[in-house]
Amino acid sequence: MVPLSYYLALSAIMFILGTFGVVSRRNPIVMFMSLELMFNAANLAFVAFARYYNMLNGQIFVFFVMVVAAAEVAVGLALIVVIFRNRHNIDVDEMNTLKE
Amino acid sequence: MELSSLPAGTYFNLVPWVVFFPLIGLVLNLILTNRASEKVYGIIASLASGVSFIIASLLLLSLNKHPEAVVVPFAEWINVGNLYIQWAFRVDTLSVTMMMVVAGVGTLIHVYSIGYMHEDVRIQGDPSRYSRFFIFLNLFIVMMMVLVSAESYLMTFVGWEGVGLCSYLLIGFWFEKGKDGDGNAIAAKKAFLTNRIGDFGFITAMFLMFGIFGSLDFSTIFTAARAGAVDAAPWILLALNLFLLLAVTGKSAQVPLFVWLPDAMAGPTPVSALIHAATMVTAGVYLVARSSPLFALHPAAGTVVAVIGAVTALFAATIALGQYDIKKVLAYSTISQLGFMVAAVGMGAYVAGIFHLVTHAFFKALLFLSSGSVIQGVEFGHHHAPHDAHASHGEEFDPQDMRNMGGLRIRMKTTFWVYLIGALALAGIPPLAGFFSKDEILTYASEHNPLVLVMLVTAAFLTAFYMGRQVWLVFFGHPRSDAAEGAKESSAVMTIPLIILAALSIVGGALNLPKIELLGHWLEHTILEAHHVTFSMVVAGISVAVALGGILFAWFFYGRKPLSVSQADPLARLLGPLFKAFERKWWVDEIYDVIFLTPYKDTSQLLAQPVDQGLVDGAVNGMGKLTSVFSRVFRAMQNGRVRVYALYMMIGVAAIMGYLILR
Repeated sequence: MVPLSYYLALSAIMFILGTFGVVSRRNPIVMFMSLELMFNAANLAFVAFARYYNMLNGQIFVFFVMVVAAAEVAVGLALIVVIFRNRHNIDVDEMNTLKE
Repeated sequence: MELSSLPAGTYFNLVPWVVFFPLIGLVLNLILTNRASEKVYGIIASLASGVSFIIASLLLLSLNKHPEAVVVPFAEWINVGNLYIQWAFRVDTLSVTMMMVVAGVGTLIHVYSIGYMHEDVRIQGDPSRYSRFFIFLNLFIVMMMVLVSAESYLMTFVGWEGVGLCSYLLIGFWFEKGKDGDGNAIAAKKAFLTNRIGDFGFITAMFLMFGIFGSLDFSTIFTAARAGAVDAAPWILLALNLFLLLAVTGKSAQVPLFVWLPDAMAGPTPVSALIHAATMVTAGVYLVARSSPLFALHPAAGTVVAVIGAVTALFAATIALGQYDIKKVLAYSTISQLGFMVAAVGMGAYVAGIFHLVTHAFFKALLFLSSGSVIQGVEFGHHHAPHDAHASHGEEFDPQDMRNMGGLRIRMKTTFWVYLIGALALAGIPPLAGFFSKDEILTYASEHNPLVLVMLVTAAFLTAFYMGRQVWLVFFGHPRSDAAEGAKESSAVMTIPLIILAALSIVGGALNLPKIELLGHWLEHTILEAHHVTFSMVVAGISVAVALGGILFAWFFYGRKPLSVSQADPLARLLGPLFKAFERKWWVDEIYDVIFLTPYKDTSQLLAQPVDQGLVDGAVNGMGKLTSVFSRVFRAMQNGRVRVYALYMMIGVAAIMGYLILR
């Protein structure tokens, strides 16, 4: 049996990698991928805890997270497509018209 | 008091109309402005004032039947906590006496103004202001009626402020004229601001009254005061009376606040007659007479009032000696006569004070109106004189300067005779009105306060002297300018009110002859402190002697050898620097300038420049600068990069998590 701490360490590494990806990448699609990584880091922690404590709550929660993440990606990708049509460019650093 | 409880067969419930008829006239004229002819405005305004007079007469008849004071409630005004003030009218012998004077003299002056302003608006070059003049005049009557008919101090104060406003509006009637193009406006401001000091006294006195008596109603206060049910230290009562006195010195132009009245002569002459001689300035005397139960509470208060009055009477009389402007002489004479009245009411001679108020209203209104007639006569002569004659002067011709007059006796016969009557009444020659009223004051002074008597007798001597000087300078000798040469008599609409006033100045003394004391018995019902005058042959003899002596002196200087063109005043040669002091009004304006105005302006400057612009603005702008410095720091954070925002979010979450874990 693999100890809980291993799962948690993997989850933390995934989360940090995801965070780094979100902050460092300029391509929103890559940012979304990094975001998914962070979701999945959280999911992993949920599942690990559920197993550890023998409770189903964590497992169920993961499904919710997946559904919401899917919905979010659908909306996000749609936005990216619209932005690309308008600006022929999806670099997030160029999207700063709300600054002023 | 319920309306239904008014005595039957009387007209007391008509009293609101003494206020509302002039108001109706005012509104009518306001609506008709620029739509009717001059005659219409004048007639509406005069009728409004005249009807007010008729109503005052009806009240007089009613009081004759039922002499006790009647309070007619009109409307609730203020009801806050235990302060309940309603607009109620007080009809008693004192208020009706004042109403009769205000409406009576007021109506005559309205009629006179129809003629006077017809000329004046043409001389000043703006006929469109004709209706405005009558609107202001009616407003004045409204406010004066509010003042005298009030049943509470607060309502009196409303009228008190209202007449002050009218005074301001009318002094500055030709606001773009005068010295340096704003002389009249400055004079109006001066009057208004000086009166503010008096108003401060009035308001403070009202606070004290409310503190002591818990009410501002005359009936409540006076009942308590007369019953001796006053729960206050004597010095508070003295302070109350002295604050009232401050109000009086402001409105009635007493020392030390008299400086505004001479400058108020910048207004058209009917205004000087109505507001600054006959009615408004006597409001202070009325206030003291009305507050007689309060002044009875502290023995020293009345003496202070009397001394202030006597000092004013003497002081202003000396200044009048050295004036060349025909209206300025009368203005200082008014201050001096107001001093007589204030001295009288201060000593407790309320009847004598009010009596002098009434007779003074007659002859001083007469003198002012006649001087207006003289000024317009000379103005006419000036405009019709050969042009090369006065072009050589170079300087502005002053139609009010008595040195430019002379010989008007022949050219303006009616004006001369009425002026002479007014001057003799003022000087106190029997049997004219002024003699009786002044004599009553002097008799009372001889019984109660010798110091005041000495000052008043001296002032009476000077009065006779400066009036004699004026009459001889204006009407006798030869004309000293082409303008005086070509002067002509004024129209009948002006001279008829003058004749009526002259008649009143002759017979006015009958109001309160010794022994009969019509006015004395009449006022007894209101002023319980009223006194009975004993006629003293000695005082009357002195009074007549000083009056005749003054006139004799005036004849000696000005009548024996009339002043010729550009000759200096003979008195100036005799008195030298003293005359200069008279002429320059004892440098009072200059002294006030140094003591009050300059420090005030400097303080204002200090507060405006370093304090306001430096300190206050600095604090406000500093806050702004601080914000902008901070915002410059935080602005850098908001750079529009989504990734950076995401990082902030991460850091924030990490910080919160860190706190929750590590705490």
